[in-house]
Amino acid sequence: MKETAASFIAKSTVRAADLEHRRKINFNIGRYNAAVPQGKTQFSNVMQARENAKNLKWRAIETLDQQLEAFEKNITARGAKVIWAEDTAEALYEIGRICNAKQCRTVVKSKSMVTEEIHLNHFLEQQGIESIETDLGEYIQQLDGEPPYHIVTPAMHKSKEDVARLFADKLGVAPGLSPEQLTLIARQKLRDKYIEAEVGVTGANFIIADTGAIAITENEGNARLSCAWPKTHIVIVGIEKVIPSLQDLALFWPLLSTYGTGQKVTAYNTIVAGPRQPGETDGPEEMYVILLDNGRTNLLQNPATREALYCIRCGACLNACPVYKNIGGHSYETTYSGPIGKVITPHLRGMNDYKHLSYASSLCGNCTEVCPVRINLHELLLENRHEAVENGNSTLAERIAWKMWKQASLNRKMMNLANGNLKNKVVNKIFKGWTQHRSELHFSPKTFNEMWREKHSAAK
Amino acid sequence: MDTMTVQIFVPCFVDQLYPDVAFNMVKVLEKAGCTVQYNGNQTCCGQPAFNAGFHDEARAVCSKFLKDFEGAEYIVAPSASCVGFVRNYYQKLFENSSVHNEVKHLSDRTYELSEFLIKVLGKDDFGAKLQGKATYHDSCAALRECRIKQEPRQLLSKVKGLELVEMNDVETCCGFGGTFAVKFEPISVAMGDQKITNAANTEAQYLISTDMSCLMHLDGCIKNKGRNLKVLHLADVLANGWEE
Ligand code: SF4
Repeated sequence: MKETAASFIAKSTVRAADLEHRRKINFNIGRYNAAVPQGKTQFSNVMQARENAKNLKWRAIETLDQQLEAFEKNITARGAKVIWAEDTAEALYEIGRICNAKQCRTVVKSKSMVTEEIHLNHFLEQQGIESIETDLGEYIQQLDGEPPYHIVTPAMHKSKEDVARLFADKLGVAPGLSPEQLTLIARQKLRDKYIEAEVGVTGANFIIADTGAIAITENEGNARLSCAWPKTHIVIVGIEKVIPSLQDLALFWPLLSTYGTGQKVTAYNTIVAGPRQPGETDGPEEMYVILLDNGRTNLLQNPATREALYCIRCGACLNACPVYKNIGGHSYETTYSGPIGKVITPHLRGMNDYKHLSYASSLCGNCTEVCPVRINLHELLLENRHEAVENGNSTLAERIAWKMWKQASLNRKMMNLANGNLKNKVVNKIFKGWTQHRSELHFSPKTFNEMWREKHSAAK
Repeated sequence: MDTMTVQIFVPCFVDQLYPDVAFNMVKVLEKAGCTVQYNGNQTCCGQPAFNAGFHDEARAVCSKFLKDFEGAEYIVAPSASCVGFVRNYYQKLFENSSVHNEVKHLSDRTYELSEFLIKVLGKDDFGAKLQGKATYHDSCAALRECRIKQEPRQLLSKVKGLELVEMNDVETCCGFGGTFAVKFEPISVAMGDQKITNAANTEAQYLISTDMSCLMHLDGCIKNKGRNLKVLHLADVLANGWEE
């Protein structure tokens, strides 16, 4: 077994048996589940809205090259610089170059999964640059030295007591503070950092092609501070985030909010269409937008997996996933966890090392059911499994087993051959994993097929 | 009255492990006035290999299924999982092939037992009796592949003596998932544990479902944890308490 797969199984074994973890996650996702129907009330026909969103993303992704070029042209006209990065190394190199030129000591950044994907904080640290997470959830995770647990709610696995303890440990504040008090402390610490920082780094929820702008969705106002306060603003964003038109935000903002947190629309939504323009009083002097591929074009290449690029990273499929709820976000050991992570990671980081994720699903289909842009997530897991087999990523033992299965299934007589006792012995041995925490299987002494034949030949 | 001829499909694991479920389905269908036929050549719908990514092996077995059920007016199975697979995935597997139309036709004629009884026959009362409290588990295949939600509940509401109570998170997967149950045993068992806990919290004695695969897994978890719950296939309940 691959090391990555073995580690996944080890980690998920521990988490799945952790009842305290189960309690916290069920509690937090329970709150999310209670909120989402509220958000949905704003749509007269939520299914239609989802279909429309899917169609828009379909168009955007089918014409990705044109959309991105239009974006580049339009935002460049307003003074921003667009950088195309093929992979992590290129993206980091460019960020390093910019930070160097600005003699940057401190970076403030807002929440962004792409910066997790390229391990930006680690890179900046190595360059001697302090990188501060300004989203409260990410700030908590950074204090704890942990990657985000969830793509939308980074500290979902921590109770308010856990956070109070963490602040007391790491910041030396009084123990047992309330969430409000803790927020004020973080706010105080972060304000100073905004003033110090030479560079602000943000992600983008949407790349808007026709106006040449990026849009950021958030609830704390920290992202707009991160892009407006420092003299230099760097946006780093995956190429799939494109939508054709500014008009489309009227659909995507409420959809993302509803499926992300159950809100009708989040507290802050910002459109940034370039650096400070002549005559404007605030905003950064320079703005860079790094468009990151990093394996996304692998998904684009295959028409069957392409729709995974429609994802707006709302996190709904994670919250709906019973596997996610039992093993938690960290067991995956990938940037993107849950159903969408299982679908895209094998393409972003290699089928051989990550195909196990596509198998780690009961295929219950609840992810597909909830996805706002109607990505057929569970069918894409099946597609990945197929691709793995086609590429020869299966083991010899598996290939032989399925050949034998085929032989047996094509031949009714073989299925009636052995008696129940023998089948019991063989199957309960092979399926050791079955009986560890489940009782044994009991084969019927005779199959239905045999009994039916006996009954009907006797009647004749 | 007209008799309707029904070909039954007995899924491979029901054939091997739970023949009574298939006989109970036959009993109910006959009571409903159907002539039940069983083609003794049948084996499996092909889903296990397909889900493992082995499409060529699956296609061979699916082709056999197509042949075994050629010309059948209705195909009824005591498993939403197999029915969902035939309906939703055969067309993908045989896309752009010469049997494309046959496959489409097959999908339209294949039914899970409860939806066949309600939607095609329009019958919900078979005179079944079962004393006690039960909770119904929505199998993922029934719920999301076949869109079955009310049919089993309607059938169970007509069973004399049976009180039906809903459990929390009733639409959440039980954790079976075929080879997932052995490949990722700890996750599967944790999911099963949450499911049987929710079921037990209703204080039901019976856990009923359309799918023996879920129940096989859940029964294993129940016995391991020493819970006081008996699993029953819907066909077992509908065939209980009366004789032909
Ligand atoms: S796949 Fe769908 S549900 Fe999951 S994060 Fe993306 S948009 Fe949301």
